[in-house]
Amino acid sequence: MNERLSSALRVLPDYLSQHVLLSAAALALGLAISLPLLIAARRSARVRWPVLALASLIQTVPGIALLALFYPLLLGLSSLSGRLFGLRIPALGFLPSLLALTLYSILPILRNGITAILNLDPAILQAASGVGMTDRQRLLRVELPLAAPMLMAGLRTSAVWVIGTATLATPVGQTSLGNYIFTGLQVEDWVWVLFGCGVAVALALATDQLLGLIELGIGRRRPRLAWIGLALLLLGVVAAGAVPLQARGRVGYVVGAKDFSEQYILAALMDSRIRASGYPVTERADLGSVFAFRALAANELSAYVDYTGTLWTNILHRTDMPPRAKMLADLRAQLRSRYGVKLLGPLGFENAYVLAMRRAQAARLRIRSIEDLARLAPKLRMGGDLEFFARPEWRMLEARYGLKFRSRRSYEPTFMYKALLSGQVDVISAFSSDGRIAADHLTVLKDPLHAIPPYDAVILLSPKHAEDPVLTRSLEPLIGQIPIQLMREANYMVDRPTGKRTPAQAAEWLAKAAHLAASR
Amino acid sequence: MIVLDNVSKTFDGGASHAVRRVSLQVPARAFVAIVGDSGSGKTTLLKTINRLIEPEEGEVIIDEERVHTVAPHALRRRIGYVFQGIGLFPHMSIAENIGITPRLIGWPEAQIRARVEELLDMVALPRTYLSRLPAELSGGQRQRVGIARALAARPGIMLMDEPFGALDPITRDALGQEYRRLHDGMRLTTLMVTHDILEAVLLADRIVVMRAGAIVADGVPHDLLAGHPDPEVRTLMDMPRRQAERVRALLEERARE
Repeated sequence: MNERLSSALRVLPDYLSQHVLLSAAALALGLAISLPLLIAARRSARVRWPVLALASLIQTVPGIALLALFYPLLLGLSSLSGRLFGLRIPALGFLPSLLALTLYSILPILRNGITAILNLDPAILQAASGVGMTDRQRLLRVELPLAAPMLMAGLRTSAVWVIGTATLATPVGQTSLGNYIFTGLQVEDWVWVLFGCGVAVALALATDQLLGLIELGIGRRRPRLAWIGLALLLLGVVAAGAVPLQARGRVGYVVGAKDFSEQYILAALMDSRIRASGYPVTERADLGSVFAFRALAANELSAYVDYTGTLWTNILHRTDMPPRAKMLADLRAQLRSRYGVKLLGPLGFENAYVLAMRRAQAARLRIRSIEDLARLAPKLRMGGDLEFFARPEWRMLEARYGLKFRSRRSYEPTFMYKALLSGQVDVISAFSSDGRIAADHLTVLKDPLHAIPPYDAVILLSPKHAEDPVLTRSLEPLIGQIPIQLMREANYMVDRPTGKRTPAQAAEWLAKAAHLAASR
Repeated sequence: MIVLDNVSKTFDGGASHAVRRVSLQVPARAFVAIVGDSGSGKTTLLKTINRLIEPEEGEVIIDEERVHTVAPHALRRRIGYVFQGIGLFPHMSIAENIGITPRLIGWPEAQIRARVEELLDMVALPRTYLSRLPAELSGGQRQRVGIARALAARPGIMLMDEPFGALDPITRDALGQEYRRLHDGMRLTTLMVTHDILEAVLLADRIVVMRAGAIVADGVPHDLLAGHPDPEVRTLMDMPRRQAERVRALLEERARE
């Protein structure tokens, strides 16, 4: 417990400062966009209506989707600007998060501002003209000051939304307090989840109170209060800006990880080996599955581990199923020629999609293979991870075996195992390297028709670092050295409910157990 | 001298006119009351003078200057404007409200302060009110501030639109009388819109009666009270006289007892 908390505290300066900087930038940008829009919309219903409608529409897009949508958009822009100006804008991390959160921040400011300005007493507006104010003077001296309290209330709402939603920036590669939540959820570390939530809530409350102080200062005509509030807010942002400068230093190589334990462990393993060669490393964890490859191809990651079957179907969009060696060779050639990505080599274990059942139930129903399952499927309930039913593997399984289940539901992986054990579902999509298969006494169903491709774990290097001597020297010794038993055990160290280890500790254990030579 | 020359204004593209071809000359230092039912066009007419409303036809000339050639804000800084809603700025103190036009013009701060204090004395409000907010004042006090604000930049002309309409009768009478004294003392030209004919008779030197966007009567109160060919004007002007006669009768009755 204490170890978990102290590990959470160690990364707090990094997570918190990045969260603060992202939120502050999004709010500042949102305000900078909203105010001119507000002024344009104040007189003209023709501007007002579409602006408000658009802002409301954006608000209805789920936060995570908005973040995800900006990524391909920026990727397109990035390659365009790369071709036109030789300058690639980063498509991963800060920029897509900033744009999405900025859009999110606009509505409360705009709606409150417009409501406030439209509801100003006409007698006061007439008086403002009557005493000889120009349109601009009337705006600055009368309309905005009178709308200020409500505008501030809008800004407060907006700040609370943005700080909360910024936790969703983690899967697109922007470090935030969301890293606690995503990682914690993945490895069932509730201390981390609660810690992340708690810090995000505290940050939102503190920001809200300081903005409230500014609002009070404006409303009560006590400028000192407003200045104190503003100064404290700016101090917070400046402090956040100062943290990464000393904590992070050079960025160096960027090692990526998708959002599950095995990926955290392998990233930690690669990280420690590169670091041991004397080079700085940054980890970008909790990347969405497709983001990781795109980010690598765009040189925003230097290296990460992916799986042959995933690359085959999701990146190359292939539906045929060549034998293992042929698939590996084809992948090596195609990834290199199409994306410039180098496939360094397989690690030695496979993390395939498998279908798994409770051992007792499988035995009772006499189900050993997916063929057996297909006959009884209409009476059984299927659970998959969040992406499983959208993946080509599922479509191939369905088509090849004619699978038709009584019901299907998607779960976050941790909850999927729990659903199976508690009997809410009968079959799940599991991963062959998952330590929980052995620990939970699950039966893995055979795939006699080879509907699911092989999923050998492979190290990929970005186009920029394809021939990088440091990466090659540090990572090559891992090739072929990690057997499935060791990977399962390492995964279970992180996933098990009691006596948990951090991914870094599991990586250290794995390196020792696999007798890996120290990196030179 | 204010000259309105054939001024017309429509709010519905010409289907009907709020003001139709009105001509009026107001010599300097006159106190003119414009009376009429609601919808008769009296407020619209008043607002064409400081360009709060732009007429479609005709023009307004002040001291031989055509007002549509002057920037609206510059024009309005030279003309005091008081209306029933008062429209004090709720986020500004009494001192800031009164000093607003001089500040817009760019008077030095010391001069603004002196002027604000002078005006507060003139409208009979204590100096302690300077730092208060409008919400802390009574209706009558607020209208005093409204008048002080209109007078701040030493305008020659005052436009007043139902200035005392929302006040209780006693305050209304007192403030009316006080304003008349200010008008005389400061040699102002005042146009006051009111629907209260008694107020017009008691304060103004001249009464203009409007109906359906046109002037139907124009004269000194004494002449209009004496009689007018238009029957509606006669009914209108009869009212203050009949009220006065009734009051006198009551007083005489009491005296006889």
